[in-house]
Amino acid sequence: MIRVVLPAQLRTLARIEGEVSLKVSGAATQRSVLDALEARYPMLRGAIRDRATQKRRPFVRFFACERDLSHETPDAELPAAVATGAEPLLVVGAMAGG
Amino acid sequence: MSRVRVLVGTRKGAFILSADGKRDRWDVSGPHFAGWEIYHVKGSPAEPNRLYASQTSAWFGQQIQRSDNGGRTWEPVGNAFVYDGVPGTHQWYDGTPHPWEFARVWHLEPSLTDPDTVYAGAEDAALFRSTDGGLNWSELSGLRSHGTGPSWQPGAGGMCLHTILLDPVNPDRIFVAISAAGAFRSDDGGTTWKPINHGLRSEGIPNPEAEVGHCVHRIALHPSNPDRLYMQKHWDVMRSDDAGDSWTEVSGNLPTDFGFPIDVHAHEPQTIYVVPIKSDSEHFPLDGKLRVYRSRTGGTKWEALTTGLPQRDCYVNVLRDAMSVDSLDPCGIYFGTTGGAVYGSNDEGDTWTPIVRDLPAVYSVEVQTLP
Repeated sequence: MIRVVLPAQLRTLARIEGEVSLKVSGAATQRSVLDALEARYPMLRGAIRDRATQKRRPFVRFFACERDLSHETPDAELPAAVATGAEPLLVVGAMAGG
Repeated sequence: MSRVRVLVGTRKGAFILSADGKRDRWDVSGPHFAGWEIYHVKGSPAEPNRLYASQTSAWFGQQIQRSDNGGRTWEPVGNAFVYDGVPGTHQWYDGTPHPWEFARVWHLEPSLTDPDTVYAGAEDAALFRSTDGGLNWSELSGLRSHGTGPSWQPGAGGMCLHTILLDPVNPDRIFVAISAAGAFRSDDGGTTWKPINHGLRSEGIPNPEAEVGHCVHRIALHPSNPDRLYMQKHWDVMRSDDAGDSWTEVSGNLPTDFGFPIDVHAHEPQTIYVVPIKSDSEHFPLDGKLRVYRSRTGGTKWEALTTGLPQRDCYVNVLRDAMSVDSLDPCGIYFGTTGGAVYGSNDEGDTWTPIVRDLPAVYSVEVQTLP
């Protein structure tokens, strides 16, 4: 199972407490994990990726294993520790704004 | 006894203010959707416990929330706002072509008769409609494609479709207003559209009397006479007596004819309210005095309403969607400020009381009169 940690605003929106555990078919990539996340929580469509272009929203970042994966391609495999569930994928809202 | 419910959208959440028909003691619930920008909350005239809210965030995009119990609980519904076909371009601030891009929903207008039908005014300017309670949205693209769309430009707040008026007499007639394009009307339920800006004069555009390009801030009508429209433009308060085919300035003795909201008394179709604001860039009340102006003559002759409103050191703004009226007798008027206050009057504006003082900046105020 792949673990995903969402920012508080999106946990509230989707009524999620704590981490999300997802079963992903095939390789664990940003795209496959987000596809699985949005399938379970349809209200998150458009909140992390633009609905039309599927691009990461500008103020959203993806961190894991102390690395910034935001600029990886959506189909790049996530770190093995994320794929095995040892480490979570962190979806982070940029610290900005008032 | 009748009740009123005031739906307040703010920069950091929504609030619901409730009172009985006396309108002197208020319950406040919220924040709903804490931390999110709530551009607008509005109830269905056909089913008052059906509410729609536009929830948006620079971080996490657009959500539409729906309540079926008067705002006690909410469910996110559909947020896919996809422009019809190849959306093309409008003008950017510098006059260059810029592709139409969805940013947010400014205004939600539920149908007068069907709780599941609701219209959404978007930035970049477009009109969407849902007929299934907000789950799915389709663009009424005849508005953007009628011919003038490529020449529309954004105002300082973005190129937003901020006002939607549904004609209560002619169900095929819809009015919308766009900053900074102008006012438009459909006579066939939203399929085809035409600009209705004849008589507007805007010095800030190359042709002051152009067909489009006017920064219309708000339009309003009274249900008993929907051919008469009132408009607060960037400058000038205007009136039309022919459903927008022509406009006449009725700014009269206002201390400044700039402002954002305009609304109509519930029982007197010729009584209207505005909040004059100093412009061009200051956008706060003249002399630090927050004054609502009322005309009982459909404009031109205006009186200042000040009792209960701050008359010194007040430098807030009142945004275009932040004024509304109830339908009790006497008519109640409500408006919210960017300083976080919501003021109410239960006597047609003669006296005012702050219902709340310290909310986040108020974006929108809507009122429901409930049995």
